[in-house]
Amino acid sequence: MPANPFNSYTEYGIGIGLRVPHYRHILAQKPVVDWFEIISENFMVDGGRPLEVLDQILEQYRVVQHGVAIYFGSADKFDREHLRRLKRLVKYTQTPWLSDHLCWGSVDGRYTHDLLPMPYTFAVARHTAQKIREARDYLEVPICVENVSSYAEYHVSEMSEWEFLSEVVEQADCGILLDVNNIYVSSQNHNFDPYDYLNNVPHARVGQIHIAGHSKFEKYILDTHDHPVLDPVWKMYAHAIKLCGNTATLLEWDDRIPSFEEVHNEALKANQFRDNIVASSPTNK
Amino acid sequence: MQRAMASALFRPLTVDWNMQGQWNDGRPMEQFAAEFIKPNDRLSSFDRLEIYNRQYWFRILDCLYDDYPGLLAVVGEEQFLKLATTYLTKYQSDSYTLRNLGDRLEKFLREEPQWTEPNQALALDMVRFEWAQVVAFDGPSKPVVTPDDLIDTPPEQMRLGLQPYLSILKLDYPVDDFLIAVKKDADSLRGEASNAINSAPTSKGESSQIPLPKPDVTYLAVHRFDNMLYFKRLEPEGYIILEALIAGSTLENACVKAVEQSTRPNADWQALIKEWFDNWAALGWFCRR
Repeated sequence: MPANPFNSYTEYGIGIGLRVPHYRHILAQKPVVDWFEIISENFMVDGGRPLEVLDQILEQYRVVQHGVAIYFGSADKFDREHLRRLKRLVKYTQTPWLSDHLCWGSVDGRYTHDLLPMPYTFAVARHTAQKIREARDYLEVPICVENVSSYAEYHVSEMSEWEFLSEVVEQADCGILLDVNNIYVSSQNHNFDPYDYLNNVPHARVGQIHIAGHSKFEKYILDTHDHPVLDPVWKMYAHAIKLCGNTATLLEWDDRIPSFEEVHNEALKANQFRDNIVASSPTNK
Repeated sequence: MQRAMASALFRPLTVDWNMQGQWNDGRPMEQFAAEFIKPNDRLSSFDRLEIYNRQYWFRILDCLYDDYPGLLAVVGEEQFLKLATTYLTKYQSDSYTLRNLGDRLEKFLREEPQWTEPNQALALDMVRFEWAQVVAFDGPSKPVVTPDDLIDTPPEQMRLGLQPYLSILKLDYPVDDFLIAVKKDADSLRGEASNAINSAPTSKGESSQIPLPKPDVTYLAVHRFDNMLYFKRLEPEGYIILEALIAGSTLENACVKAVEQSTRPNADWQALIKEWFDNWAALGWFCRR
């Protein structure tokens, strides 16, 4: 049973990000993995090795696309070439849903290649929701938007980040990719209680969860994806699963990437929280 | 607000990897940042904007370091950093993918030769060669022509296309041998863009130890086979044939042009050209125009 209307893929289980250092191991050993998340932009190419690898992965595994450059929050209109290539890839992978970030990153056709935080205003929420609807209508696939980690806040903001996220997804009628690590990072950088965030997003719209590691600096925390998941994030994950039900979960590990087994084992730790939910659910008593 | 913030991110860092202290109009940067970014109990508006300014430059410089190790070896790390910073300031990324970050680097080096003096010709050869590798890695391909496709076409009418991922280059320097010496690792997909970068880019090679090559005209094809990247030396006449085919010549005219321009008086052209075409066809270079 899906845990909620936007979470039709409860059985997807625990995925990991498909990363270059693991290609050889995955293609040769064919390890058992529930699913792989691919970075869409790495495969929106015309040919060569990336597509060959993708072909081989698709023969064996379920793949979900995760993007880093749609920029729903940019004031710019969409880059039509980007969307065209993305749609081609969506058809090719048959991704059951598509995620990208609730952020901006391009201005007047110039790209920062970063995931920049939004000003949390009602006008921006309307604009962003409209772009999400436009993308979904064109791409013909359900969309989940991911909360980003941030290091800056704007004077013009009129609401909290979780209120903004809720406003956008309700107006866009889309799902949420809830990045628990990002909530933790932002909560430390902006002095809010991460459980306020978790408790106040529309749980019925959470279609996927991200977990990851981060790095602490003297005055702020950076979302580096180069460590195992830290305890506070695991605790938040357990809470998120209680609120949202079993949800497709992915571990991100993008820098200083260890062996495939180490990454996969770290991801599978999420199972203990998911199993606890199943064991304690009313239907199992 | 997005324009203001992006303009701030696009401004180069100082030599100490910090955000510049003054905005374009001379105001203190702290004042500019405070207009739209809130401070908190640990970080000023300046500090918070600086985190993004650093991440922007660390990410895009790191990308150029990865894609252009040969150019870095030619000009040296200190000059490469200046060159890359100036290039990325003049030509900000206009693509959603970092793959295309270097697509105007050759143009830039021609416009501003001071960055590569006294090795401008070598640097230009290298940047053309390295961009050709980007194209060969994931550029488009077309269906390969088969003998059946050509059987009814006489040579004087036959026009062949070359695969879009294939680049043929006439170079003043043997940059292929030089790059092999410089480059430790073959390329791969770009690093993931979703995570933060917290350190300045550095050279991955031992390039400073390797002597620069001496001039020696070199003809190269940069291509892929079984989705692996290769570069292959060409004979001068082979280069002329391929260049002519790309320009739209018939097969016959391309071969005639190569023989006429050759400085080799006693070559067995029929055998040579057959050998080249057999090889190029086996590599899948020919497609319909």
